[in-house]
Amino acid sequence: MRSLLNLRLEARARVPLAMALASPFVAVAFTLLACAGLIVWAGAPVSRAYALLFESAFGSRFAIGETLTRATPLILTGLSCAVAFRAHFYNIGAEGQLYLGALAAVAVGGSAIALPAPILFPLMIAAGMAAGALLLAVPALAKTRLGVDEVVTTLLLNFVALLFVSMMLDGPMKDTTAMGWPQSVPIRPELEFGKLLERSRVHVGLIIAVALALALWVVNVRTTFGYEMRAVGANARAARFAGIPVDSVMLKTALLSGALAGLAGVGEVAGRAGYLTLDMSPGYGYSGIVIAMLAGLNPLGVVLAAVFVAGLIVGADSMSRAVGVPTYLADVIVSVSLLSMLVATMLARYRVRWS
Amino acid sequence: MPPPVLRLSGITKRFGALVANDAISLELASGEVLALLGENGAGKSTLVNILFGHYVGDAGAIEAFGEPLPPGDPASALAAGIGMVHQHFTLGDNLSVLDNVLLGTEKLWRPFSRRREARARLTEISKQFGLTVDANARIADLSVGERQRVEILKALYRGARILILDEPTAVLTPQESEALFATLKTLVADGLSIIFISHKLDEVLAVSQRIAVLRQGRLVAIRDPAASSKAELAELMVGRRVDAPVRKLTRGVSTPEVLLSVRELTAGGKLTRASFEVRRGEIFGIAGVSGNGQAQLADALCGLLPPAQGEIRIGNRSISPDPHAFVHARVGRVPEDRSSVGIIGDLAIWENAISERYREPRFARTGWLQRDAAKAQAQRIVEQFDVRCSGLDAPAKSMSGGNIQKLILGRALVDDPQIIIASQPTWGLDVGAVSYIHGELLAARERGAAIVLISEDLDELFAIADRIAVMFHGVLSEARDDWTVTQIGLAMAGGAQFAHAQPA
Amino acid sequence: MTEMLDIVASAPFWIAVLRIATPLIFGTIGVLLCERAGVLNLGIEGIMVAGAFAGWLAVYQGASLSTGVLVAAAVGALFGLLHGALTVVLALSQHVTGLGITLFATSLSYYAYRVSFPKVSSPPTVNPFGEAHLFDGLPAIGPVLSAQTPLTLLALAIVPLIAYVLYRTPVGLAVRMVGENPAAAEGQGLSVNGVRIGAIVTGSALMGVGGAFLTLSAFNAFYFNMINGRGWICVALVVFASWRPGKALLGAILFAAFDALQLRLQQSSGATLPYQVYLMIPYLLSILALALVARRAAYPQALMKPYRKGER
Repeated sequence: MRSLLNLRLEARARVPLAMALASPFVAVAFTLLACAGLIVWAGAPVSRAYALLFESAFGSRFAIGETLTRATPLILTGLSCAVAFRAHFYNIGAEGQLYLGALAAVAVGGSAIALPAPILFPLMIAAGMAAGALLLAVPALAKTRLGVDEVVTTLLLNFVALLFVSMMLDGPMKDTTAMGWPQSVPIRPELEFGKLLERSRVHVGLIIAVALALALWVVNVRTTFGYEMRAVGANARAARFAGIPVDSVMLKTALLSGALAGLAGVGEVAGRAGYLTLDMSPGYGYSGIVIAMLAGLNPLGVVLAAVFVAGLIVGADSMSRAVGVPTYLADVIVSVSLLSMLVATMLARYRVRWS
Repeated sequence: MPPPVLRLSGITKRFGALVANDAISLELASGEVLALLGENGAGKSTLVNILFGHYVGDAGAIEAFGEPLPPGDPASALAAGIGMVHQHFTLGDNLSVLDNVLLGTEKLWRPFSRRREARARLTEISKQFGLTVDANARIADLSVGERQRVEILKALYRGARILILDEPTAVLTPQESEALFATLKTLVADGLSIIFISHKLDEVLAVSQRIAVLRQGRLVAIRDPAASSKAELAELMVGRRVDAPVRKLTRGVSTPEVLLSVRELTAGGKLTRASFEVRRGEIFGIAGVSGNGQAQLADALCGLLPPAQGEIRIGNRSISPDPHAFVHARVGRVPEDRSSVGIIGDLAIWENAISERYREPRFARTGWLQRDAAKAQAQRIVEQFDVRCSGLDAPAKSMSGGNIQKLILGRALVDDPQIIIASQPTWGLDVGAVSYIHGELLAARERGAAIVLISEDLDELFAIADRIAVMFHGVLSEARDDWTVTQIGLAMAGGAQFAHAQPA
Repeated sequence: MTEMLDIVASAPFWIAVLRIATPLIFGTIGVLLCERAGVLNLGIEGIMVAGAFAGWLAVYQGASLSTGVLVAAAVGALFGLLHGALTVVLALSQHVTGLGITLFATSLSYYAYRVSFPKVSSPPTVNPFGEAHLFDGLPAIGPVLSAQTPLTLLALAIVPLIAYVLYRTPVGLAVRMVGENPAAAEGQGLSVNGVRIGAIVTGSALMGVGGAFLTLSAFNAFYFNMINGRGWICVALVVFASWRPGKALLGAILFAAFDALQLRLQQSSGATLPYQVYLMIPYLLSILALALVARRAAYPQALMKPYRKGER
């Protein structure tokens, strides 16, 4: 017991590339194994359940379409969290930023503003990104000016943002012609994101998301801003000593992160749903955190991780209807993947020694 | 002859490829003061950390008072009567002296702490050994010397019969060091046996009965101080003949032009008043025990700390408290904490080489990093300043401390700065690296730079500084070029009158 | 204005305040223990969900209410053990691990609920704790306290108990020291990791009980989104309380008072503002409280710094 408590971690001199690349896969494999027990508990056959999961996610043109549709906002929230976390700015508020972004998009795109579509369309997108950015600016400023830890503030603002959206949906943005649950006025048809594939819901938002992932990767590696973000994220004190404007970099990073999450909201209303409801996002903002970690905070990895998580969500839906395993299995798999990924990454970097 | 109180046999410890201790066997006799001498990196701290149980040796055994000592367990070491005064004090700053002493001395599951009895016992012990300290004081409010006393009291409170002191005089004034040696004599008279680690030859010769010399992890010699000389010990420590110190205190090549002037500077709460001028081609030394405001002065001189009052002028112009402004004004800065402030460990060596200048046109155009130019600059630094690394793309933290410091020094010096601020630049480095850095600073001085050298190492200051001023309680004394060690020691302990030049 | 004073001066108001404060007290003290030992435990939200569910399930399946509370504590302790294994022994990121545990504990609880009750339309109920009716005779606070359930009284008792342990016992000193300077604790022969894990497990057990209060006392069934951010509010309250148990109690009660006030204002003033505004107030207040104290916060110095023994 004593030696278990005091096992020591020795940093490996060099991390074998194979180990680093294999980490996510090992983590996922372990997760699927561990969660098999949950499937058994629900009284369903394990291999059939997993097979259904995979099939419903990737097994047909329709399935892939659904998965990619779900992946679109996840790529964006994943990027949002990856950008922020790399700077050690823990943005847990992507969910709220997503909803505010959607609200702003509806405010512009569902309004009667008499501007031509080519102007209104980018304006709508910009409004959504700005809304997300501004929401995150508050905790960011609180951190740089007042030293307030951003984890709790961004989290609490999620609740505030959702209440605000709810208030708007009950009032000024309400679609008075709709019955049932409150929903917003719809986005004007000419401002909707176009479909990419026929007979599927995949929309232009996917292209935007992937393009942004590529762009972010380039920014990280080749630009001064990317250099600043990496420096501040690695060691803010040393960055400050070198003359890098740490607070300004933090703030810009936060604005970028918020804008990406807001854009996820824009995509959901303008691309998938057409209007805003309170239950539009099943926790995409929180999933973004897991996706960012699974991807090792790498923008290109985020795309892959987002598709993986999207597949889980889509697959779990269908699987649940077929074999009676609750859909929450997807959430369990995602969270266990996150924890396993942390352990796997650590094991790749450190050797474990008992006394 | 009473049996040895401590016997180490074949202690070996490896950190990766580095052999920190190589089959060291040593005995400590009852009532003796044994000095462990060696330069930085020789393995002295590693050895005593294994003895006390912070590390586990890869091979070897320890016997204390005839009983085998279970490895890797400070609780066992404490139970066997071994106490340790660590180089970096193991004290909780926000807790009281009594809390720190009491910790771990009562069974963990007792429903209440016997604080009154503990306080009484602590007072008794501190009187017995002349180590006065207020049991209710918060550690953060104590001076460095007082904190060391608490470290010692912790060990005595637990009935230590063997006391290890790891570089205890590194943070003391010369007078406080004398007081410590007197305390050690009292402890020995009470029957304790002492292991005293140092790299300072004078102390070791004055205080110990035997000197064990470590070099590169091996025990190379055991000497009787009465029969040994500084030259012999220095040669054993380094492994080759060591000549007299690099340079004597001279008037140097300074000209009247003032490059850096500091007026009535107050900053960071701890720096109360500093005024001085540094001329072209001069090394201006600032001495003082840690905690008297030097860190704040260093931060202000690097642009990290805005002054509450006063100003810093470079040439004729006041400079704004921003690191970038200082870099732009051609100030080369070497910070005290090389691995957490001087470099960004996770970034590549070439990325660290341009960290102060990445926005300059030669390294960045319209927001795009010019990698080739940056790597060329890094290559220049690596070659010119003898930085040993496994490639420019390797993470900076993969280098040894000495090479990290050479990279930082190179980055500061490569573009020929007019002012250099160096804070504890040779702390923790081996003789070779120290000598190299001193050489570079002297060369910069020849080229006409104005250099501020803040150091707790008096030997270093006497070796290369032209003038020295002393920091005490936030106030900087006048600068003199004719200090004696006694005078400077007294100034470091608060005797400001010694800051004035003595009549011939 | 007089309306507010009327509300604040009434016994039913304070009865509600103590009831609302109870999960906050358990949660805040739980986080306080973890952070005093140097570990940030962001798993609290999920642990409270898991405690709420597990406690309720045990009672639903026939256990006594006290056993239910113990089960909730045990479940909380288990998740705390997981947190400790990952953050203390393996030194993983405390932020991310905590969030991961919140997601894990929450989704696992919801999954277990759905597997156990696949076809229910409204949540099954249990018989919750009744009023304890102690302290009936006391003036002023008598009626307020006697209307409380046992768990609330337990919460009020835990505060001085934890304060005593922290400041007057050897184990409390050990907990405080590992949060200030782990090397000092090790130098005195203590096991840093052992003490930290002990603190996390104990704190998480308290969080679990805080969750169980909702399903076994305040309400009588398990609902989705029941915890609704209370765990995060506790994390904020700990900073506000400067990591001291007494101030934590004060903070929890103050917060609960504002919450109770906004509920009554909402009901009585004929809702001049949309109800969502009133619901926002607790969260905004927490952020404000954090902003006010952050600069002066006397953090445990080793908070969020993993201790790696014997590392060069």
